[in-house]
Amino acid sequence: MKEVASNQEGIKRVDGHLKVTGAIRYSAEYHFSGLVYGALVSSTIAKGTMTAIDSKAAERAPGVLAVISHINAPEVPGYKDGKGQPGSPFLNNQILYNGQPVVLVIANTLERAKYAASLIKITYKEEPHQTNLDNNLQNAVKMGEGYLRGEADAYQSAPVKIEVEYRTPIHVHNAMEPFAVTSVWDGDKVTVYTKSQYIKGMQQDIMRLFNLPEQNVQVYSKVIGGAFGSGSPLWPYAKAALIGAKMIGKPLKVVIDREQMFTMVGYRSPAVQKIGMGASADGKLIGITHDATGETATYQRFTEGITDTTCFLYDCPNINTGYKLAKLDLSVPTYTRGPGETTGVYALESAMDELAHALHMDPLAFRLKNYAETNLQQNLPYSSKYLRECYEQGAAQFGWDKRKPEPRSIEKDGWLVGYGLSTGAYWAGRAPSTAKAKLSTDGTLLIQTATSDMGPGTATMMTKIASEIINIPVENIRVELGSSALPHAAGEYGSMTTSSVGSSVYDACTELKTKFNQLAGSNADNPDYVKILQDHKLPYLEITKQSNPDGHGGKYSSYAFNVNFVEVHVHQATGMIKIARVVAAVDGGKILNPITARSQIIGGVVWGIGMALMEEGVIDHRYGRYVNSSLGDYHIATNADVPQIEVIFIDKKDPVTNPMGSKGIGEVGIVGVAAAVANAVFNATGVRVRDLPITPDKLI
Amino acid sequence: MKQFQYVRPLTQQNVLDAINKPGTKIIAGGTNLVDLMKRGVTAPDKLVDINHLPLKGITATKTGLHIGALALNSVVSENNLVIEKQPLLSMALKAGASPQLRNMATVGGNMLQRTRCTYFYDLTMPCNKRNPGSGCGAMEGYNRMHAIFGASPQCIAVHPSDMCVGLAALDAVVIIAGRKGERRIPFTEFHRLPGDHPEMDNHLAKDELIVGIEIPDNNFAKNSYYLKVRDRQSYAFALVSVAAALDIDNGTIRKAHLAMGGVAHKPWRLFDAEKALVGKPVSVDSFNQAAQIAITGAKAYEYNAFKLKLAPATITEALKHASGLV
Ligand SMILES: Cc1cc2nc3c(=O)[nH]c(=O)nc-3n(C[C@H](O)[C@H](O)[C@H](O)COP(=O)(O)OP(=O)(O)OC[C@H]3O[C@@H](n4cnc5c(N)ncnc54)[C@H](O)[C@@H]3O)c2cc1C
Ligand code: SF4
Repeated sequence: MKEVASNQEGIKRVDGHLKVTGAIRYSAEYHFSGLVYGALVSSTIAKGTMTAIDSKAAERAPGVLAVISHINAPEVPGYKDGKGQPGSPFLNNQILYNGQPVVLVIANTLERAKYAASLIKITYKEEPHQTNLDNNLQNAVKMGEGYLRGEADAYQSAPVKIEVEYRTPIHVHNAMEPFAVTSVWDGDKVTVYTKSQYIKGMQQDIMRLFNLPEQNVQVYSKVIGGAFGSGSPLWPYAKAALIGAKMIGKPLKVVIDREQMFTMVGYRSPAVQKIGMGASADGKLIGITHDATGETATYQRFTEGITDTTCFLYDCPNINTGYKLAKLDLSVPTYTRGPGETTGVYALESAMDELAHALHMDPLAFRLKNYAETNLQQNLPYSSKYLRECYEQGAAQFGWDKRKPEPRSIEKDGWLVGYGLSTGAYWAGRAPSTAKAKLSTDGTLLIQTATSDMGPGTATMMTKIASEIINIPVENIRVELGSSALPHAAGEYGSMTTSSVGSSVYDACTELKTKFNQLAGSNADNPDYVKILQDHKLPYLEITKQSNPDGHGGKYSSYAFNVNFVEVHVHQATGMIKIARVVAAVDGGKILNPITARSQIIGGVVWGIGMALMEEGVIDHRYGRYVNSSLGDYHIATNADVPQIEVIFIDKKDPVTNPMGSKGIGEVGIVGVAAAVANAVFNATGVRVRDLPITPDKLI
Repeated sequence: MKQFQYVRPLTQQNVLDAINKPGTKIIAGGTNLVDLMKRGVTAPDKLVDINHLPLKGITATKTGLHIGALALNSVVSENNLVIEKQPLLSMALKAGASPQLRNMATVGGNMLQRTRCTYFYDLTMPCNKRNPGSGCGAMEGYNRMHAIFGASPQCIAVHPSDMCVGLAALDAVVIIAGRKGERRIPFTEFHRLPGDHPEMDNHLAKDELIVGIEIPDNNFAKNSYYLKVRDRQSYAFALVSVAAALDIDNGTIRKAHLAMGGVAHKPWRLFDAEKALVGKPVSVDSFNQAAQIAITGAKAYEYNAFKLKLAPATITEALKHASGLV
């Protein structure tokens, strides 16, 4: 049953009913006759080698079919000639981080696999490890030359200046749905059900691993219970599952558990950021210096643009940035919602607040005074920028004028009240993408494209975009996605899906309509599709269309912008913090489907609240091992922590990003939120917490 | 998880017979036990499900309130008798866990829930409570949630319950059935300090069953409060919590009971602070003095030094609420 309601707010999620009734199937929910189950054993030291694996007890345990490790794993084509990436499963006896998947136990039930896995005894030769970023800042290596505009460190000679250091911890994506791979081999053909943000990319990865042609690898990722950036690579756990399934010759399901979600599928790198910022006495920025150090694995490099936003967000003549990475004995970090920007803008926007305070200036007035009309880093005009409108409408809705500049000015029943704001931005990108549109005599339109839907409601968006061109009831539109057999779609990341995949749907539908009109010799806005097909005795008409970013010739810079206004209440005696309300004002270009768009921003704000107040992956550096790898111990925001969130969309078309005029909003929602909270906490208490999360102990 | 047997005796006698054998464990709501089994912290051969015993009642007796060991946390917290006679218990229960968990958790199970020390849960880590003699991972590790009172060189874990803090303040009595009959232990003496045997959380023998608790009538209903300080608004264990119960006569404190959670291996009664409050006027000054007395002898570790400040602040605040000052 499909429930689609159309109104001003846009259309509701086309798969909503299936999701809330549990009818939809996630990748761990595919069943096959003869299905067997795998459990992964992970390393318990951070660095060294495995000298022995005692698997006798596991092999004798009931129902066990195989115990696979580097000792007995089959030859993997993709590992040959030194092509096996370090850290790949079963490659060798090296341990590169605590929690590395090293042994796969396969049994005829999940419980038996897990029990047998608990019987595996690994002997290690340990080597000293380094997992603490703070202790390794000195060894961090420069990534590139950094950015320079004007004069370096010009802030130092400014009349009013600040020099501050901010720390952010590890954030784990903690998607609700655990990662799973169900794979079925048939000779040298494999069908894989898994969580993937880039299905065609994952297909390529699997082809490389097993040296297979494209037609031998079929990847399905029909529904995703959250990924947030963790769902792109073919992670070691997934390689282990695929190798195991091939070896055993039976359909195999491997689901990693919550603890393994902390070490096997990436996380947000912690960072130490130094900001120097200076302005003239009347609040004109003179210089910003922003140096960030993050971490990466010893065996693989992951970089992100922590200082990127600093280079263009404000009209400032002198800016220099630097970025370094410390190589640690941890698993490799990866993209995490608003990768780079989320971390960097927390520091930048906290520093803006600190400097505004030093200047005795209202933080909003300070930002407006330094408003950048053009992108000074790229030296380009913006294709659209309604950040000023975000400030104005957000401030009015929030009641920013009621903010008292002096901290600790408002108190209510033992709670201090504070207001804070932040600005954010995220690149409005677009990548080539292909879609097929097919209209049949039964009056239905089928859209096919190999995109995923990791939660934002991609099928819903594509339905909406198609319905605006092929003007038929949305109930008659079906979007098929989540399969590598469908036309190539851009990866679902970087806030690009609506822009990239949506453009291809837009273009395919537009051409399809033209084709109908041509056939009928008409030029109708709303041709009678079914009649045209019947008149020409055709069962259907279809178009497959690749859409490319039309490369506005490098003439424009395109970004989405947001401003977050936050009110916090801090309990004076105990330091407990409540977020009272949030107003998020967003310039995301034309808003194509308001209800799903609002959900994107709300989701970003909720995670931003978590980032500000509670999220922190804690490692006991003596062991290089997480000590809070469960949802009981790693806190994310609960419903009780989330107040009313009001979302304002400026909703004005961007003339160049894509034919719909939208700008991606998947990531921007979280950008800046933590700074707005921290700034509000300062306004409430006078305490400036520069290391997240802001927990009660830091405020008493 | 190891394979295990499961039995569901229908009489108390059958339960007592069943748990007499080594390797058996009682299961009530299962919200703690099953987690421990999944993590391999405990691996019983046999589970004895007691949910069919008639131990769910909440009744007023001549001297107090009787609550059966199988009464659900959610039911107790919403019970009218409890709200009327012992609102502190209702408040403490509602501060714990989440509604879903409280719907499964029982009074007996809550008392016997084990520490949330993360080293206790991770089989690869040293932990004297899980594996006596293996060392204490928390002592020089991540000990932000750990004890400031009554710890030993063997273990610095805290008892995680909210309900128990309320019951300790209310001078509840634990009713225990064994094969030789029933016995009663004052709540404050039910849990133990770690000493040299951190593997033992309390004084319940392996072959005993908690059948209920009794709370003696008191005059605290008007002036009691449970304040829990935590890292998020719901579904988080206490950094520090305080159960405060006052009997106030005309602005003067006649009787005071105080207990703290999140600070020790057992619900931590503050007898000295209570004494200091008796006869004092209801005032922030009296409360601050009591809070200072309460914190004497506290000892912090690397990550939990904040509790030395947070604990007295929370005591004062809880007393302010209990007395109606806020
Ligand atoms: C994520 C999470 C968050 C939580 N947060 C909180 C919190 O904030 N505050 C809080 O107070 N609690 C919290 N809890 C703990 C919860 O309150 C306990 O798990 C619950 O009270 C245990 O009750 P149960 O009936 O499920 O016990 P079970 O898990 O069934 O049993 C626990 C133990 O008690 C024994 N047992 C049970 N009943 C009896 C009996 N009658 N006689 C003898 N032995 C018995 C069992 O053998 C077992 O050893 C949380 C739990 C979780 C999982
Ligand atoms: S504090 Fe106690 S429970 Fe925690 S590691 Fe030490 S001995 Fe184990």
